[in-house]
Amino acid sequence: MSEPQDRIENKSRRSFVGAAAVAGASAGVAALAPGLKLIEVAGAAPRAPGEPASSAVRWGMLIDTTKCASGCDACVKACATENGINETVKDPRQGSQWIRKIDLKDPKTGQEYSLPMLCQHCEHPPCVDVCPTGASMKRADGIVLVDRHICIGCRYCMMACPYKARSLVHMPLTEQNPLVPRGQGCVEACTFCVQRVDRGQQPACVEACPEKAMLFGNLNDPNSEIAQRVAKEKTTQVRADLKLNLGVRYQGI
Amino acid sequence: MKQTLAALAAVLLLAPVLASAGTPKPDLKIENPGSCIAPVPEMRRNHMEMLKHTRDRTLRQGIRGEKASLNGCINCHASKTTGSVLGQGGFCQECHTYAAVKLDCWDCHQPKAGNHEAVGVKP
Repeated sequence: MSEPQDRIENKSRRSFVGAAAVAGASAGVAALAPGLKLIEVAGAAPRAPGEPASSAVRWGMLIDTTKCASGCDACVKACATENGINETVKDPRQGSQWIRKIDLKDPKTGQEYSLPMLCQHCEHPPCVDVCPTGASMKRADGIVLVDRHICIGCRYCMMACPYKARSLVHMPLTEQNPLVPRGQGCVEACTFCVQRVDRGQQPACVEACPEKAMLFGNLNDPNSEIAQRVAKEKTTQVRADLKLNLGVRYQGI
Repeated sequence: MKQTLAALAAVLLLAPVLASAGTPKPDLKIENPGSCIAPVPEMRRNHMEMLKHTRDRTLRQGIRGEKASLNGCINCHASKTTGSVLGQGGFCQECHTYAAVKLDCWDCHQPKAGNHEAVGVKP
């Protein structure tokens, strides 16, 4: 019976890598344990070349709004740098916003919040439902993407998105990041920095946050920090009434 | 009969001259020769298919490290003077102009090599 043995082996790998990750050594895990199929365990390591994204992983983000300062836009700047969002638009309404800072105030109590709003990477994304060409899609690991190869720029997804998370590129671009293709006539949105995540890195906004208010990880892995915090602490999905099961959760709102 | 043969021979001899009087053949300069992922005839005929299949696997399934990639193309084929595969004498544009095939990969993908590495932020 080889199957149970495999399971035992996987379990020991899981605990080993999980422990290493908790010790803050996740960057060094790949070097410590060559040949491990790390996608099976924490998902915090680069996926091997040729291996597709796995539905065993559900990427998610937890944003603690109590730590998020009103005037700070480090996440927005990091996103623009990483993803090459550097074009100058004639009309500011045409500018791409993969992530934006929002200041909210409860008019009755006067309580103020500040939070970053980005693509919520829904489990049941309305943008995917409405897309007439199939360009709007959800990857196996829960990251919602636009396949620009077949996007016709109709913007139905922009209207369907309850979070105003998508933008249309209105002008020709020339200074893209080679790993982040983007161009005129296509809709685009936050990709959770898929090019970084596939290499085992964190999204640019998460790394840039000076208050460490953003946490990124695999919601399906019970050993991941995000899964443990989501299990223990109260978190909110924006417009939870829509029952989209968001990948991005907030605290303190 | 003799006249017909002479006329035919004249046409056959002249044909290459007449053809070369049209659009000049693309003058391709390969900056980093000999390290292509497949033999030249195969690349000429099938590069679009390779890239098309790769793009779907990479984007939709998340498979990284494919053999064929546009970033791989520009590593060898971007001109050392302009840094690009486009423009006058650019590796991609030269042939596509000659063959009158629209080239729109580079509307979204970065056609220049070097100086465009992902910047991001340090962990």
